[in-house]
Amino acid sequence: MSGGILFWPPAASHHAEQVDLLIGSFGAMTWLLTLPVFVLMAWFTIRYRRSRDVNRDHAPTRNLWVELGWSIIPFILTLGFYVWATMLFLDIYRPPADAVPIHVVAKQWMWKFQHPDGAREINALHVPAGRPVKLIMTSEDVIHSFYVPALRVKQDLVPGRYTSLWFDAEKPGRYPLRCAEFCGTDHSVMGGMLIVMPPQDYAAWLARNRDGGTDGTLAQAGARLFRDLGCSGCHGAASTVKAPPLGGIFGRPVALSSGDTLIADDQYLSDSILLPNKQVVAGYDPIMPTYGNVLRPEQVNALVAYLKSTRASKDSP
Amino acid sequence: MAEEERFAPFADAARARDADRLGMLIFLASEIMLFGGIFAAALALRLEHGPDYAAAAGHLKLWLGTANTAILLTSSLMAALAVEAARAGAPRRAARALLAALLLGCAFLAVKGVEYAGEYREGLMPGTATAHFDGPAQTLFMNLYFVGTGLHAVHVTIGILLMAMAALSQRARQDRNAMLIGNVALYWHLVDVVWLFLYPTLYLAGVR
Amino acid sequence: MTDEPRFEHPPEEAATSYLADGYSLRSWFLTTDHKRIALLYLVSITFFFLVGAGAAALIRLDLLTPQGDLLSNDGYNRAFSIHGIVMVWFFLIPAIPNVLGNFLVPIMIGARDLAFPRLNLLSWYIYILSGLLTLYVVVGGGVDTGWTFYTPLSSVYANGAVVATIVAVFISGFSTILTGLNFIVTIHKLRAPGMTWSRLPLFIWSHYAVSIIFVLATPVLAITLLLVAAERLIGIGVFDPRLGGDPLLFQHLFWFYSHPAVYIMVLPALGVVSELITAAAHKRIFGYWFVAFASIAIAVIGFMVWGHHMFVSGQSVYASAVFSFLSIAVAVPSAIKVYNWTVTLYKADIAIDAPLLFALGFIGLFVAGGLTGLMLAMLAIDVHVTDTYFVVAHFHYIMVGGSVTAFFGGLHFWWPKITGRLYNETLARIAAILILIGFNITFFPQFMLGYEGMPRRYHVYPPEFQVLHVISSMGAALLAIGYAMPAVYLIWSLLPGGRRAPANPWGASGLEWTTSSPPPQHNFIGQPVVVRQPYDYPLAHPVSRDDG
Ligand code: HEA
Ligand code: HEA
Ligand code: HEC
Ligand code: CUA
Ligand SMILES: [Cu+2]
Repeated sequence: MSGGILFWPPAASHHAEQVDLLIGSFGAMTWLLTLPVFVLMAWFTIRYRRSRDVNRDHAPTRNLWVELGWSIIPFILTLGFYVWATMLFLDIYRPPADAVPIHVVAKQWMWKFQHPDGAREINALHVPAGRPVKLIMTSEDVIHSFYVPALRVKQDLVPGRYTSLWFDAEKPGRYPLRCAEFCGTDHSVMGGMLIVMPPQDYAAWLARNRDGGTDGTLAQAGARLFRDLGCSGCHGAASTVKAPPLGGIFGRPVALSSGDTLIADDQYLSDSILLPNKQVVAGYDPIMPTYGNVLRPEQVNALVAYLKSTRASKDSP
Repeated sequence: MAEEERFAPFADAARARDADRLGMLIFLASEIMLFGGIFAAALALRLEHGPDYAAAAGHLKLWLGTANTAILLTSSLMAALAVEAARAGAPRRAARALLAALLLGCAFLAVKGVEYAGEYREGLMPGTATAHFDGPAQTLFMNLYFVGTGLHAVHVTIGILLMAMAALSQRARQDRNAMLIGNVALYWHLVDVVWLFLYPTLYLAGVR
Repeated sequence: MTDEPRFEHPPEEAATSYLADGYSLRSWFLTTDHKRIALLYLVSITFFFLVGAGAAALIRLDLLTPQGDLLSNDGYNRAFSIHGIVMVWFFLIPAIPNVLGNFLVPIMIGARDLAFPRLNLLSWYIYILSGLLTLYVVVGGGVDTGWTFYTPLSSVYANGAVVATIVAVFISGFSTILTGLNFIVTIHKLRAPGMTWSRLPLFIWSHYAVSIIFVLATPVLAITLLLVAAERLIGIGVFDPRLGGDPLLFQHLFWFYSHPAVYIMVLPALGVVSELITAAAHKRIFGYWFVAFASIAIAVIGFMVWGHHMFVSGQSVYASAVFSFLSIAVAVPSAIKVYNWTVTLYKADIAIDAPLLFALGFIGLFVAGGLTGLMLAMLAIDVHVTDTYFVVAHFHYIMVGGSVTAFFGGLHFWWPKITGRLYNETLARIAAILILIGFNITFFPQFMLGYEGMPRRYHVYPPEFQVLHVISSMGAALLAIGYAMPAVYLIWSLLPGGRRAPANPWGASGLEWTTSSPPPQHNFIGQPVVVRQPYDYPLAHPVSRDDG
């Protein structure tokens, strides 16, 4: 048959190998727990079938300790796996600080990627091998899901929110990426390719594609938008409107009028632009207009990238 | 024999009564879960858009809502009195109390109608203008308000019809065990309780 | 154990059976007899099973080639959406409770009917109404949301008849709620004298548990779907991020219903299997109270694990960790049941008839499905296999391999009671084995597909998956033959000349076997009085199967 048969999916990262090990060990444990069931079931059925004359005296009908045993032992065994699996899982959400941030925007039915220095691509994602990559993802319309089987990772992209994921692909090569959340008519052809390249090749690829978009890096594009959309009219140093200064905002604690404090992250910055009334900065009036219907997710990404690139007061926007 | 058939599949009237009551209570539990969905949505909305939620809630006619709370509470009291009256063997009094509860229920709907009409004129109805609000979250609150109170109003209407049925039925009123009246009153109390949760969730959230 | 007779009133074969009590259409469509209503349900769910199976056949045929030559992308999406919706809400949820449960709950506790007979009939009519609406959707363009109706796809982007489908599912919910209400009240208030809680058959316990879910979970689905429909019609926006709503809220509400709903689909099956095992083993169940309370525990804990369907949705990772833990907890009561059934067979007196074969098949497939469910509950594993065929295989192992097999087993076991006829045992054994084999060929390859990275709901798929898909489709053809067989020999047994069943062909112990087959109009002649423990083998007066 055309494609042949695949017995085990390729693993392109350390994480993937860990997941394989986990499911393999879990599989072994399930055999441990169920083989007795299958064997005993078959054996009892044959041995105690009606036509046979065997000793059926004193058949037990209850035993508290046995019951507790087979409730608790499988539970404890599974708990061990629970700890293991949960640690592995939490890892995917703790990117190392030096991870290359790449923005992903999904829409019916394509993937759009944007590298930190501005290179853009559709349905193909080039990444350097052996370097952690962090994806910052959102969707323009319905929910999609970013899935690379070879990495054993998957994450939904939800409109109106940022989700993220990181991985460290070690083996250069081409790995299919697929949309795993049903998203309408062409869900099944919303695929793409993850291309893992040796770092020097990646650098060369970036250099070749950097100016693919004429608008330079993401942050530069954001800076232009910041001006064109009139953000600087309020947030600029010379502005007469009372609006908070945004220099170095990323990662800083922000006091809100509700009394809470939070750390300004991607989600917060994008919410502040799209739904400014959601969280109002303490001491300011909620007068900032909503940009929810004006901006596309890529533009928001650019603005956020710009805000992240700024430093307090020095180049204060 | 005929007497026995009347309560089939139950052996006697007392069992049938117990069963009716239990059935009603289970049904009410189910209703609570139904409104639970609305409250969960309101909670999520409030957590996600606190300031917008409060601001939009401030647009509701607080005094109309408050008046309706009082009306519905009184009505519930009347329903309880009707049950007492039936138990005490006073069918006429039971009828009068039911009628009062029923009229108060209609008053509730009337007030609600006035409120809706006002909101319609202001263009707050879902699917119509949204210009009056700033930000989608506020419109969203209004929409949830309409869904929640609309669903409640449907329940009020059903309750009124049930009470009318009970008030018209000679047999129900003369039943010293208040089988029908008791169950209708239970339903009516539920309608009341749901409102007692809707009122703070929607109206009082706007009070500064 | 005492040797006094088990019941005060031994069956009197002379009474007119419920089947002979009127032949007009009216006597069927306006009946309030729970047994007749059960038959009405049997016919209707069989019809919907055929609709769902037709969609399954389309899916399997289409997946024979990677390009999917049979259907268009949209057509395929419609096929699996209808398949899921019909199979879940119009076949499996009503299957065991409304057919076997309706027939047996009153008889097993010695009542003459359900507590609210007219409500029971009403719930069938509601079901039919919603079913008709679903048929309208099937012929009128279909629906393309999947059975999960995720927003904003369903509320804004989907192009099928979403609102009609939602209304259909919404209406069917009322039927379910009324059934649950009826069962709970019946079990509380209509038990025969002597039928204490500790003497309830396990079938009754599991129906009690499932009724709790019916009553408490279904309304949440109702309101959620109502909000989706309102969103689609007038843009309410609760679930639409562009309007400030939250798509994850939809998923929380949907799974808050739908996880308990998966237990709706399996709890009655667990009850059936407890009956089949004890009857075939001729032995009291091992650990009665553990098995009984396991049902209740599943129902209760089942309300707290919904988030395990949302591990990659963007919900908080800590919430995921908690849901993962609770999912392990909910597996324990299932484990208890499996182990207790196994040990029940020890030193038993086992009749290897078709019902037992179905029951053993159930256990094997349920264990495989359950343990892969446990794998899905492990966070790092789920991240890789969620939304792939691994999940598809998991739930078919439980729902088809488990619940449908149990339904067939129960249907065979109680067929003599329901119809008064004996079916052909040899054919039945062959069918049971064929179904087991066909099932595994169909769905085992799907575990491999999933782990290798084949996403679900894919019409066009990478060619390296073709071999496994072809194997799966061939298995489905075998499975279809297995399912078709009972349809033939069961109906055959009804024809004139079919062998008549005695009151207790299996020599089983339940109250239902003390009345004639088929039972008289009011189930018993006079009020039965229970004086013995459940599953009280050996019976005082065993009736052999070979006297018919
Ligand atoms: C009848 C239906 C049914 C039943 C009973 C179950 C039972 C279980 N399910 Fe399943 N499930 C579904 C139907 C069902 N499921 C469906 C339809 C979906 C997909 C929905 C969709 O997205 O379309 C799904 C999806 C699903 C997921 C989400 C997958 C995903 O989308 O990523 C998860 C994750 O945790 C899960 C877990 C479980 C668990 C832990 C059980 C447990 O209850 C299983 C318990 C049973 C056992 C464990 C076996 C017996 C035990 C032993 C022999 C002893 C050993 C025991 C221990 C080690 C404790 N299920
Ligand atoms: C609840 C009950 C239930 C039942 C009984 C079944 C029964 C079956 N289902 Fe299931 N299925 C679901 C519930 C159920 N399903 C759900 C909830 C989904 C998810 C939907 C969604 O994603 O939204 C699903 C999805 C689903 C998929 C995945 C679609 C996808 O994600 O792309 C597949 C694929 O193989 C499948 C196959 C089958 C098969 C082969 C059967 C068989 O057991 C049925 C037996 C019938 C037949 C085998 C067909 C009859 C045969 C003929 C008429 C002869 C010709 C046939 C051939 C030559 C093959 N189902
Ligand atoms: C009409 C004036 C005005 C305009 C135009 C405006 N803002 Fe604001 N902005 C404000 C005010 C006032 C606040 C503080 C109150 C609040 O949080 O809503 C604010 C808050 C913010 C915050 C949160 C700041 C913090 O300290 O936490 C961000 C980020 C932001 N704006 C970005 C932008 C961007 C990007 C644009 C352009 C697309 C923009 N703003 C346009 C007035 C404005
Ligand atoms: Cu995008 Cu599926
Ligand atoms: Cu679940």
